[in-house]
Amino acid sequence: MAMVEIKDIKKTYHQGNVTVEALRGIDLTVDTGAFVALAGPSGSGKTTLLNIMGGLDLPDSGIVIVDNNEFSRMTQADLAALRLHKIGFVFQAYNLIPVLSAIENVEYVMLLQGVPATERHDRATAILDDVGLEGKYNRRPAELSGGQQQRVAVARAIVSGPAIVLADEPTANLDSKTGEGLLLMMKKMNKEKQVTFIFSTHDSMVIDYARRLVTIKDGRIVNDETK
Amino acid sequence: MSMELKMAWRNIWRNPRRTGLTISAVAFASLILVFMLSFQFGCYETMINTSVKISTGHLQVQAKGYLEDKKMRQVIRDPDQVATRLDTVKGIDAYTFRANGFALVSSDQRTYGVVVTGIDPLGEAHVSTIQSLVRTGRYLTANDAYAALIGAPLAKNLKVDINDEVTLLGQGRDGSIAAAVLTIKGIFDSGMDAMDRNVIMMDLQGFQDIFSMGKTVHEIIIIADALGDVSRVQQDIRDQLSGKREDTDLAVLDWMDILPGLLQGIQMDLVSGIIMYIILIIVVAFSIFNTFLMAIFERTREFGVMMAIGTRPSRMATLVMIESVCMTLVGIVAGIIIGSLLTLYFQQHGIYIAGTEDILKQYGIPDRLYPRLSLISASAGPLVVFLITFVSSVFPALKIRKLNPVEAMNHV
Repeated sequence: MAMVEIKDIKKTYHQGNVTVEALRGIDLTVDTGAFVALAGPSGSGKTTLLNIMGGLDLPDSGIVIVDNNEFSRMTQADLAALRLHKIGFVFQAYNLIPVLSAIENVEYVMLLQGVPATERHDRATAILDDVGLEGKYNRRPAELSGGQQQRVAVARAIVSGPAIVLADEPTANLDSKTGEGLLLMMKKMNKEKQVTFIFSTHDSMVIDYARRLVTIKDGRIVNDETK
Repeated sequence: MSMELKMAWRNIWRNPRRTGLTISAVAFASLILVFMLSFQFGCYETMINTSVKISTGHLQVQAKGYLEDKKMRQVIRDPDQVATRLDTVKGIDAYTFRANGFALVSSDQRTYGVVVTGIDPLGEAHVSTIQSLVRTGRYLTANDAYAALIGAPLAKNLKVDINDEVTLLGQGRDGSIAAAVLTIKGIFDSGMDAMDRNVIMMDLQGFQDIFSMGKTVHEIIIIADALGDVSRVQQDIRDQLSGKREDTDLAVLDWMDILPGLLQGIQMDLVSGIIMYIILIIVVAFSIFNTFLMAIFERTREFGVMMAIGTRPSRMATLVMIESVCMTLVGIVAGIIIGSLLTLYFQQHGIYIAGTEDILKQYGIPDRLYPRLSLISASAGPLVVFLITFVSSVFPALKIRKLNPVEAMNHV
């Protein structure tokens, strides 16, 4: 069953007088429970594609369907609700809310979902334990290492029970050991909870862990292989 | 504490120096407003009490229409009966009777048209400050039926002094000629030019004889226990006088009816003060506006992330508004507390304005001015600060609603 269906999407950016064709007609289908890496050089369109899949950006043309929701028919508010309930994001720069502790960052998404306080706390504690952050619940992002922050970011992305997690170069700022630990953790969640993971990366380790590798170059898919 | 309130509070203190300065600006504006409004209200109360005690009283009972026409025939027929009713009203400090007539007053050299006011010297001393305003000679006594007090400019114009005689020539209540010779016993200076140039005071009984008034008077002058009680006392007197047939032609007027010029002067002063306060508040509002614009600019990336994880823009705008409210409230509470303490100190000790004591004393005004802290003076200014700073934070909050998550997350 398809979690993501993308049909002939195109996206052009205007930077001053320069027009950049970020995506030049992408067709892609990702099944539920997949663990996919989008690889390609910088500027190839990976992040743009990820943003469009996450409803953060809209294509100039083409169709995007995520978990049976077609984006062109949705308002900004609908897209925000979809991101809240169905999509988890992990960013290269962690992007935690700096004034909230680790557990509050994780709880925040559930707060938006309207989960009761006690349940929020219990689920946040459990997921932080799962990602190896026992005893560090009350630390603010500035008091955590890069790897620990990214673990909090992963916990925040999956605590809401999303159908899909979109990770934009999640290991780029981590050392290889920390990065591998994170990948193992996400792989485990993918296996146990059937959460679909799509990474944009040019990290060979991520590519090795992925079960499917989609290579993008100059806004087009140039290779799509399942391992 | 809710998560949003916690986030708002922590966000405020991300830049403690900037927040401290903004809160200080709000606190300072609130402090100034509390103190200055209290000072203005205190001064107004002093002005009103001084003015009413020189001439009008807080309240007057008159025949209906007398205020407009000042016709001799419009009298209170039975002032003693009205007095009996006044004795039952709580909140009255003192009252006295007066009667007024127009007359030509002549000295050896000159003649002027004046208002002759008949006063009860004993009663008047409890109601007005006229006794203390006598600069030369002495105040009237109960035996001074044909003695007079005269304003200093009028005495100068008539070229008369203490114990000189002046001749009155006017018309009595019944149309007869009212004529008498009065001896100047005192010269007063109230500081109110119209009164000092145009009024001669004499004993009420003498006045009633000369002007054929019988036992009638024109005004009952009433001083309430406090300025704040005037409205209630006025209503109580009306209630006492209503329904009695002989009293239905009486009007109960307060100082605002009798001295509309004083009220207008206070209103004008208040308006000019308010303009200054609004300028002060706008300066503070710009400070808040700048703080939040900078905060939003600095946190654009964070807002992008919050949108990415599903936060609605309206929720982020609400968060910023909560931050604004928290910051403003801290400043306002601090300003109200410090401003109130400062006001209470000067309310006890007064503010002495060097070099003015002689002038103030001359007009019956104390040489120290006292601010008057009230619920209105302590809350009105800070409330306006709160509203305007709240409005000034709306624009930055609205900017959040227009953010695009991808552009916001790429913001450096």
